[in-house]
Amino acid sequence: MATREDSGKGTLTTYEVTKSDKRFIGAHILVAVIALSIGSLFGPLQAFQFSGVDLYPYLQPVFKSYYQGLTIHGVLNALVWTTFFITGFFTLTTIWGFKRGLRYPTLNRVGFWTMVVGLVMAAVPILLDEASVLYTFYPPLQANWAFYAGLTLVVVGSWIEGYGFFFTYRAWRKDNPDTRTPFIAFGGLATMAMWQFATLGIAVEILTMLLPWSLGLIEGTDPQLARTYFWFTGHPLVYFWLLPAYVSWYGMLPKQAGGKLFSDSLARLAFWLFILLSVPLGFHHQFVDPGVPAGWKYIHAVLTYSVFFPSMLTAFTVIASLERAARNRGGKGLIGWVRALPWNNGSVTAQLLAGILFMFGGIGGLTNASYNVNLVVHNTTWVPGHFHLTVATAVTLSFMGISYWLVPWITGKPLWKPRWAVIQAWTWFIGMLIFSNAMHVLGLLGAPRRTPLGVAPYVPEEWSGHLLRVGLGGAILFVSAVMFVWIVAKTAWQRERLPVGAEVEIPVAESMQDPQLTPRWLDRWVPWIVGTILLILVAYGPQLVDQIANIDLGSGQAPTIRPW
Amino acid sequence: MSEQNATQESMHIDPYERNWIRISIILLIVFAAAVTIAGFALGFQVPSPEERVDPNNLTGPWENPGLRELSPGVYDLYIIGNATTWQFEPREVEVPVGSTVSFYVTSTDIQHGFKLQDTNINMQIVPGQVSKLTYTFDEVGTYDYICTEYCGVGHAAMFGSLTVVEK
Repeated sequence: MATREDSGKGTLTTYEVTKSDKRFIGAHILVAVIALSIGSLFGPLQAFQFSGVDLYPYLQPVFKSYYQGLTIHGVLNALVWTTFFITGFFTLTTIWGFKRGLRYPTLNRVGFWTMVVGLVMAAVPILLDEASVLYTFYPPLQANWAFYAGLTLVVVGSWIEGYGFFFTYRAWRKDNPDTRTPFIAFGGLATMAMWQFATLGIAVEILTMLLPWSLGLIEGTDPQLARTYFWFTGHPLVYFWLLPAYVSWYGMLPKQAGGKLFSDSLARLAFWLFILLSVPLGFHHQFVDPGVPAGWKYIHAVLTYSVFFPSMLTAFTVIASLERAARNRGGKGLIGWVRALPWNNGSVTAQLLAGILFMFGGIGGLTNASYNVNLVVHNTTWVPGHFHLTVATAVTLSFMGISYWLVPWITGKPLWKPRWAVIQAWTWFIGMLIFSNAMHVLGLLGAPRRTPLGVAPYVPEEWSGHLLRVGLGGAILFVSAVMFVWIVAKTAWQRERLPVGAEVEIPVAESMQDPQLTPRWLDRWVPWIVGTILLILVAYGPQLVDQIANIDLGSGQAPTIRPW
Repeated sequence: MSEQNATQESMHIDPYERNWIRISIILLIVFAAAVTIAGFALGFQVPSPEERVDPNNLTGPWENPGLRELSPGVYDLYIIGNATTWQFEPREVEVPVGSTVSFYVTSTDIQHGFKLQDTNINMQIVPGQVSKLTYTFDEVGTYDYICTEYCGVGHAAMFGSLTVVEK
């Protein structure tokens, strides 16, 4: 790597990403899109089941049940599509932010292939109906051991890719001791750093309980402790999904819209706060758990409110950046400027619509976090309604939008029918409005999540209109997903290439204030990381000690007959 | 909102953004205060550790689940969830209007959910643990309790009903 020229003092000089790095990023996106394609086939099957059209009997004997389909949908869309897209996208933001190749390209390739092996290992038992345990896999539901081992490898692979980014940062830092970390690279590093802490919970859960148990080495599990471990990871997982979208919203979208990043300092502050606050609040997923004291649930509820703050910062900074961009383009009026944004650009439209639905997702999330208010919606369809606005729209629709410049950049080919990308984004938006609203309303009426409501005997007549809307929204979303995959595939497989000199540019927004003027404490790792560790110890330490000291592996033995 | 011409390190927070930050913090404090008052002054509470049990060998009141009257109008109700029959035991319960019922729910096998419709009773049912919440029924009617956690092929059919009758 010593032969590569460095960018010097943070000014933009030309830098060519090597062909092999492009291919490496492309491999991530390919796996991600394949996962999304398969996972999205099952979405409408769940939704149609709600509205009384059960297609699962026609899938026998290949796919056995609604729950197997739900497991495939959740694992592929929420875990695989996201993780592969994110690691691929951050490979790009690291390389392009630092204007240098990865420090140890082999390390990142090892990480990638570890994830692929893990994915295949987990996929086999899922497809064989040996792991229909949904993506939360709460014991004592017991999956085949390969499912747990595969998930572990996916996580370990993502760690390794993260190390690759950290080493690249260190090499860059040595050459640039006084330069502020380029924002898009910083965002990736911050996310991957948070991820290292976040995944400790699930790693301990699988390695100390689920894996040895599924191999028959220990007699049982402690289901309550397993839940605590799981949600240690489960909530920061949503920030692992969300922060890459934020990197784009802060660091790229303003450029695409014709403007600049409104506040470099506050953008960085938001990311530091996410590292600090993402992990120590997992009990807000366990408000109704019997084995966690109400006092600790309350503390985590308050901490959850505090992590809402950096998202409020994001809302302001991103909207302010977009408003300036729109006014530069001649936009006028208090709200009217919105029309001056480049709505004819599918990549921009997708991310704008993702952001709009995310506002509702945020408000719903605040409801979920609200301690006793949560009793009204816990384990109801409100919750999947909520996270289809967050992970399935704010994140997924943003990733789709990113794909609309990323895939042409990787392949050197023009985006296939750019107008279709705009239509695809709007279709997702409309489908999700219908689907998600119906799911929220059903949740308030008491409909349980994870349940094929089309066959549940207790469903009252008053739910039926909303159940129909779930099916309708699901159908529109399915059409939109097909359009996305089609556009991306046609782009990659067409013969036409972009002419020399007309290659796609990676959109990187300048910030209004020179990043060198951003205070130094917003570019220092040690205090934030120490703070994160301390806060985790305070917020989780006592309960972890208590629950581990009182562990009862006899209480969670696998059922003698497999329940699915 | 002019471009900055500063030459020194500074946080540069726009006046509008400063106000937005103030509003955000105030809003979050108001929300936190509301749930705090509701939880600790008005008694809208979430479950807390009650008791550990052996799911393979439930003893005491669990050997005969159902309603126990402690004093007139005050009941303990023991309910067991099961994922081989996908039923709650008991499946039907009747109490007079005005009753205060403490729900104690556990599982003999895997996890379940317990949500009593149209009330704030909503609990995760974890083998080895007892989930408890209390509710006072001021209105006559039928309240379904449904399983809200995936527990196998029979999950969608798993429910029971509590009927509140005139005294």
